[in-house]
Amino acid sequence: MSETPLSPLDAAGVDSAVDDALAAVAAAADLDALKAVRTAHTGERSPLALANRAIGSLEPADKASAGKTLGQARGRVNQAIAARQSALEAERDARILVAETVDLTAPVDRRPAGARHPLSALQERIADVFVAMGWEIAEGPEVEAEWFNFDALNFGPDHPARQMQDTFFVQGVGEQQEDPHLVLRTHTSPVQARSLLERGVPVYVACPGRVFRTDELDATHTPVFHQVEGLAIDRGLTMAHLKGTLDHFARAIFGPEARTRLRPSFFPFTEPSAEMDLWFPQKKGGPGWIEWGGCGMVHPNVLRAAGIDPDEYSGFAFGMGIERTLMFRNSIADMHDMVEGDVRFSTQFQAVI
Amino acid sequence: MPRIPLTWLGEHVELPAGTTAETLAADLVRVGLEEETIHPAQVTGPLVVGEVLSRIPEPQKNGKTINWCQVDVGPEHNVDGSRGIVCGAQNFDVGDRVVVALPGAVLPGPFPIASRKTYGHLSDGMICSARELGLGEDHDGIIVLSRIGIDAAPGTDARELLGLGEEVLEINVTPDRGYCFSLRGVAREYGHATGAVFTDPGLVAVEELPTQGGFPVELRDEAPIHGVPGADRFVARIVRGVAADRPSPTWMQRRLTEAGMRPISLAVDVTNYVMLDLGQPLHAYDLAALDGPIVVRRAAAGETLTTLDGQERTLDAEDLLITDRARVLGLAGVMGGQDSEVSGSTSDLLIEGAHFDPVSVARTARRHKLSSEAAKRFERGVDPQLAPVAVARAVALLVEHGGGTADPVVTDVNHVAPAPVLQLPLALPGRLIGLELDAATVTGLLRRIGCTVGEIAGTGAQATVSVTVPSWRPDLTEPVDLVEEVARLHGYDLIPSIVPTAPAGAGLTTDQLRRRAVSGVLADRGWVETLSYPFVGTAQLDALGVPADDTRRTLLRLANPLSEEQPYLRTSLLVTLLDTARRNVARGSSAIDGWAVFEVGTVTLPTPGSPAAPVPALGVRPAPEVLDALNAAVPHQPRRVAGVAVGWREPGVRVADASDAVEAVQDVARVLGVDLTLIADTDRAPFHPGRCVRVQTADGAVAGWAGELHPKVAGALSLPGRPVAFELDLDVLLAAAPTAPVVAEEVSTFPAAKEDVALVVDAGVPAADVLAAVRAGADASPAGAVLESARLFDVYSGEQVGEGRRSLAFALRLRAADRTLTAEETAGVRDAVVAEAGKRFGATLRG
Repeated sequence: MSETPLSPLDAAGVDSAVDDALAAVAAAADLDALKAVRTAHTGERSPLALANRAIGSLEPADKASAGKTLGQARGRVNQAIAARQSALEAERDARILVAETVDLTAPVDRRPAGARHPLSALQERIADVFVAMGWEIAEGPEVEAEWFNFDALNFGPDHPARQMQDTFFVQGVGEQQEDPHLVLRTHTSPVQARSLLERGVPVYVACPGRVFRTDELDATHTPVFHQVEGLAIDRGLTMAHLKGTLDHFARAIFGPEARTRLRPSFFPFTEPSAEMDLWFPQKKGGPGWIEWGGCGMVHPNVLRAAGIDPDEYSGFAFGMGIERTLMFRNSIADMHDMVEGDVRFSTQFQAVI
Repeated sequence: MPRIPLTWLGEHVELPAGTTAETLAADLVRVGLEEETIHPAQVTGPLVVGEVLSRIPEPQKNGKTINWCQVDVGPEHNVDGSRGIVCGAQNFDVGDRVVVALPGAVLPGPFPIASRKTYGHLSDGMICSARELGLGEDHDGIIVLSRIGIDAAPGTDARELLGLGEEVLEINVTPDRGYCFSLRGVAREYGHATGAVFTDPGLVAVEELPTQGGFPVELRDEAPIHGVPGADRFVARIVRGVAADRPSPTWMQRRLTEAGMRPISLAVDVTNYVMLDLGQPLHAYDLAALDGPIVVRRAAAGETLTTLDGQERTLDAEDLLITDRARVLGLAGVMGGQDSEVSGSTSDLLIEGAHFDPVSVARTARRHKLSSEAAKRFERGVDPQLAPVAVARAVALLVEHGGGTADPVVTDVNHVAPAPVLQLPLALPGRLIGLELDAATVTGLLRRIGCTVGEIAGTGAQATVSVTVPSWRPDLTEPVDLVEEVARLHGYDLIPSIVPTAPAGAGLTTDQLRRRAVSGVLADRGWVETLSYPFVGTAQLDALGVPADDTRRTLLRLANPLSEEQPYLRTSLLVTLLDTARRNVARGSSAIDGWAVFEVGTVTLPTPGSPAAPVPALGVRPAPEVLDALNAAVPHQPRRVAGVAVGWREPGVRVADASDAVEAVQDVARVLGVDLTLIADTDRAPFHPGRCVRVQTADGAVAGWAGELHPKVAGALSLPGRPVAFELDLDVLLAAAPTAPVVAEEVSTFPAAKEDVALVVDAGVPAADVLAAVRAGADASPAGAVLESARLFDVYSGEQVGEGRRSLAFALRLRAADRTLTAEETAGVRDAVVAEAGKRFGATLRG
């Protein structure tokens, strides 16, 4: 270096060197330029570094003030470099992140979406409502002994209601001639009889399941459909408990404004019996009552068929169609969609039902 | 189901002004009579009384004479003082008051009336006959009001006058309420619902007549059903010199029409009218055709009868018959025979009102597929005390309108058992209904339905009362039946709503949770749940290539299938699920879209030669061995899960192949915690022989199959591409699922070592077997059980490994629970793996 080295005692010279350095830092356009500025103004051969090294050879009396001057000077330069460094790094990072932009609005369909059938999902939802009340979920066979489907439920062999059930009768296997006394269950009520026989009392069970009637498929009928049956037998149960259970169930499935109404009716396995209407706030054309199911106090003969004393125990049973419930709840106009297995129907129900 | 014309109902119970079919329905539903439908008025629009001002006969070229009339239809409807109307009938004259349908009216048919040009005139309406108004068959002439006893000014609304503007409510009667198949019964219920005053037409006094010398009748029954005699009441009376074939009065025809019956002739209409009114089916015999005495008895085998509907029927020994000395007159309570039918020449009638056993009538009606109005009532129960009242009423109507004389004697064979007396614990209604009901309330309500209530016996909770049920309520047989009467008359609306507290429950069972998990994992993995009917035909099994001796052809058959093409219950879910798949393809959800469907459902696997299910008695717990027999007779119905995938599995990237079916099986096994073994199966319909695995549990039970469908099956079902499928028995899988909770292993924090091992084996050696050897070898190495995972990451066949061989490369992850593995240990694992695979399959390490 041909120039005269900067003296540590030359305060004006030091200031000038600092100003040079700050100007160079400010002018550094990118990180590489800043790196060169750092070498030139703070490196070993930079004027400020050389002046600092020269302090050692000063008179002891001058060392302190020279040290302070140069310390402050170098501090200012380093600070400026550091600030510039982070500003330039932030600029660079921002640039890279912009360059890495990906359009995430494109829908992702790597794997086709699956779905539950809404009838299955609704049955599970219903089961959960009863489980939350402390009930259990019972099941029974779909091909059922006639006795369980009818006689155990107080339908005598000549009972007119037995003829009204549009029953599928089983013929048998192969060339079998003898009447096997089996039917496709016409309702989930045989599970009542099975539950009483198998579980004893007290019993609180709900039974969602598939049932069969000899109706041709049309917009509102299907030969294969689903019901949920409820049965509660305990000491001291009354129609008030039946009504309370139905109201609670209605609110759980149809919302807080739903409620039920009972109308006198007839079923062989309940006495008193009732049809149950649901107050449906979302009914098309305005809130109103819709028929929802049948219910009543379990007939003493049903209890007797399970060896339970009707003078000690009482209870209620109810049943409603799940297809019907789903049709109201989810505005399904035609039964065909629910039974034909079209994937476009089920895939509408990917969300929690 | 019964139809309830309002004006008719109003004869028995006070109907407030303004009652409509709709308000009636709302009142009746509260006591349990549900609206079936409301039949609209038969005539709508302007139908008025007109007075014929002039009548000019105009002969026509076709030989007819038409009348050009001016008719005064009242100031509101007249145009210049009258209307001009062309009428073809001749049975009226100037001054007669007639019924005029003006333009805008719609008559039954529907037949809309408009002004029209005819016979050279503008006819501005129509003068109506009874038939045109739906009032009967009489088309001979137009209605002249004075001749049917009606006097009304021109312009009067004739719809109201004739009851044609009336909507008619049809109600649905539950099988326990036979008495509501009558105006009498419905009027009673309306009284219960509203408190309106009801006068029972079934309890009117009947003229006391000698029973000696009546038509001889004998009730016989050698084979009563359930010990109940076929007939326990038979009332008969003779009316002589009746114009039986004359039309019945217009009001009667109108009411019959409104009630849904066709007017025929006086004798028939009167019996029908009284039946509709009181609920007692009646039968009118041509007395001249009877060869007395009448004997009611069971049929003899081989007897035949041609019923009123013209059908010849072979009778069953259980059929109850009405007979005379010469022949069978009818099926008791169901339908009469043709031979003794009232005809045009009949002048002397025998009117029968009887009471038959409901079961006997129901069986006969069912056996002969004959659902008559009489049978409908008898099988639901008719009031056994009603016959004398109904017969007297019919006789009176016949005499009044047919001009005959009734014989001053009556036949009344009466074997009716006394009305049952029930002992009702007074606490029972409150105990079941959930309301405090005092004795006065309970007995008061029972009296309202017609019960006779005795003295209260006992006190407090033990108090009972004896209740004699009314003759029209044969359905009331137990104290609990009386509770329903109390509840419904008191009002179901008053019952409070209380959620009962069940004992603490255990939630869903493990199996129920596991089944949910199976459906859940499949839906998560892109399978769409569908449902199908379980009905199948053998042609469907043929399409799947199911062999003749396959157990899937042991099918349970329905006696009354919806379709003879599909009379069986499925033995495999795939049979019906593939139909679902086919429907989706047919609807354009083709392979281009790609989809996978699954179904969870039962199949029915009957055992040939199983004994029939017993049918033990009502209301008694069956003995244990009977319950066992009941359960044994119910066929095995395991729950299955099956899936079918077609087309793109990853859209635009990869179509479904057999591995997707295998993956589904693995997913199911994973959520159930079941270890499964997959074994190649070359002979399982409907699968591809080279692309099918049998799925077995650890103890060797077959849980199902998975793979690609046989190309012939895909072709037969018109499924595009290479569809894949699986079917698993959930019951088998659930039985194999662990019963104890998962035992967690400590998670080792020591570093893992990785080893890749490529083994060359014969191409026919299944990968699953090689993997098993890898696992066994690793576990047997000196380092101990340190194999954390083994993953097949590459399969290679080609020159480098030689003809008929392939290389299977496994990535092993090794880790010990208590130390860092040394290089010697990991090398030892590798050597042990190669050694084990070499021992089992002659595997060599790929160089």
